[in-house]
Amino acid sequence: MDIKAVRQSFPILDQEVNGHPLVYLDSSATSQKPVSVIEKLDEYYRSYNSNVHRGVHTLGTKATDEYEGAREKVRRFINAHSTQEVIFTRGTTTAINTVASSYGRAELGEDDEIVITPMEHHSNIIPWQQVAKATGATLKYIPLQADGTIDLKDVEETVTDQTKIVAVMHVSNVLGTINPVKEIAEIAHRHEAVMLVDGAQSAPHLKVDVQDLDCDFYAFSGHKMCGPTGIGVLYGKRALLNDMEPFEFGGEMIDFVNLYDSTWKELPWKFEGGTPIIGGAIGLGAAIDFINEIGLNEIAEHEHTLVNYAMERMREIDGLTIYGPEERAGLVTFNLDDVHPHDVATVLDAEGIAVRAGHHCAQPLMRWLDVSATARASFYLYNTKEDIDRLVEGLQKTKEYFGDVF
Amino acid sequence: MSFNNLDTLYRQVIMDHYKNPRNRGTIEGDDHMSIDMNNPTCGDRIQLQLQVEDGLVKDAKFDGEGCSISMSSASMMTQAVKGKRVEDALAMSKLFSDMMQGKEIDEQEFDLGDIEALQGVSKFPARIKCATLAWKAMEKGVDEQGQS
Repeated sequence: MDIKAVRQSFPILDQEVNGHPLVYLDSSATSQKPVSVIEKLDEYYRSYNSNVHRGVHTLGTKATDEYEGAREKVRRFINAHSTQEVIFTRGTTTAINTVASSYGRAELGEDDEIVITPMEHHSNIIPWQQVAKATGATLKYIPLQADGTIDLKDVEETVTDQTKIVAVMHVSNVLGTINPVKEIAEIAHRHEAVMLVDGAQSAPHLKVDVQDLDCDFYAFSGHKMCGPTGIGVLYGKRALLNDMEPFEFGGEMIDFVNLYDSTWKELPWKFEGGTPIIGGAIGLGAAIDFINEIGLNEIAEHEHTLVNYAMERMREIDGLTIYGPEERAGLVTFNLDDVHPHDVATVLDAEGIAVRAGHHCAQPLMRWLDVSATARASFYLYNTKEDIDRLVEGLQKTKEYFGDVF
Repeated sequence: MSFNNLDTLYRQVIMDHYKNPRNRGTIEGDDHMSIDMNNPTCGDRIQLQLQVEDGLVKDAKFDGEGCSISMSSASMMTQAVKGKRVEDALAMSKLFSDMMQGKEIDEQEFDLGDIEALQGVSKFPARIKCATLAWKAMEKGVDEQGQS
């Protein structure tokens, strides 16, 4: 991977923040956008902006071709069997809520169980809490190992014949844990439960093959993988999606509308009520092209090198605690003794270094870690070892600064 | 921005309140109100206790967890409102809110004392919510009591 060329593809990186060259270490929150994605959006809005699937005019046809072309790019990217299984949503949150509402609320009852983990993002907890409340089903948690990993024995013990849904994140946005979702899906299926994978943190970084994982649903967001905000994907197995009611009702998703009753379009459009996220989907298609050109394996290897280097360098800092397992995706969540993570983030920002501080939308996990908040540095294809050196330098300065003022 | 600019945020007196918080703890007995407030975007939490009698804030204590700005601000707020009339405490809160928005404030109106050290927070928009958390809790408590 030619890191210099990669960095040049991201115009935002070439700037000073607070008098220092920007070091962007918050890609797990949202990634930066390459110029090809920005130009694709510009091209759509400048030259063929039109609504899709309705007019017969030329621009409308072009917009429809690009929109449906993006769906085919997504299909290949995750190796779905058919484009009927690829639904465009606003993001991971809407994708999970679609399953919770259209599958969970419809299929579950009092004797049923939903199984998740304590490391989930709020977007893969709260929809299931609401399903449990609405249906009387029981919400259960697979316990975590001390290092923040999942032991398959615990999955075997938690998932029962009463379990109807197992929902687990592929990669933890806090711990960096890469969960054995394929093996968990196998256990879920043995009990005739469906398996949902929250792929928000895996789709941008790992090669994902939904048929190989054999998950029933897979949800991810465009903005974390070089695409625009406001676009995401719900993959679902065709047979399941076919039996599910739409999540939103309105224009675009209907077949026939009568005064008191209506019928739905076929997949995937029955789940895309209203004018779809046309620009967003086309932008996501361009992001997939960009990632494919570099290669997900190259990206994963680059991030692996970076995260190992970061762990090694950060361990040089006295009083710094790193959370999560040794083998991990490209992020490091940490705390400095006696300095609150917000204060860490403010001092680093003064040095031009952007990190996340807070609970990372994972309050139950924060309680499991017994901390109120943490700081997180997350890496992507455009980060370098120099970025990590700057981070370590910034953290040393933070320590000195707070050591001095105390 | 350099570390000199950081010094406008992290003033010595703020760090002193962070390290040695005043009025940290709980009020004994049960003739006081408790207000829990958090900042959901970052996880800062405060439990504020106020004892109000005859329109006077007789005692104020706080507990919680958060960054240097939120905890020092809580310490300063309790110090400032203790012994004040409720309407004066609310007027101070308004003054503080104006200060956080970078507005000109009439320093003659109240002696803000240590609180003035927080003025620099207005230059760090991401941290204003940290500074105002304790004041919002105080307002909520007084407001709820007024309604009951």
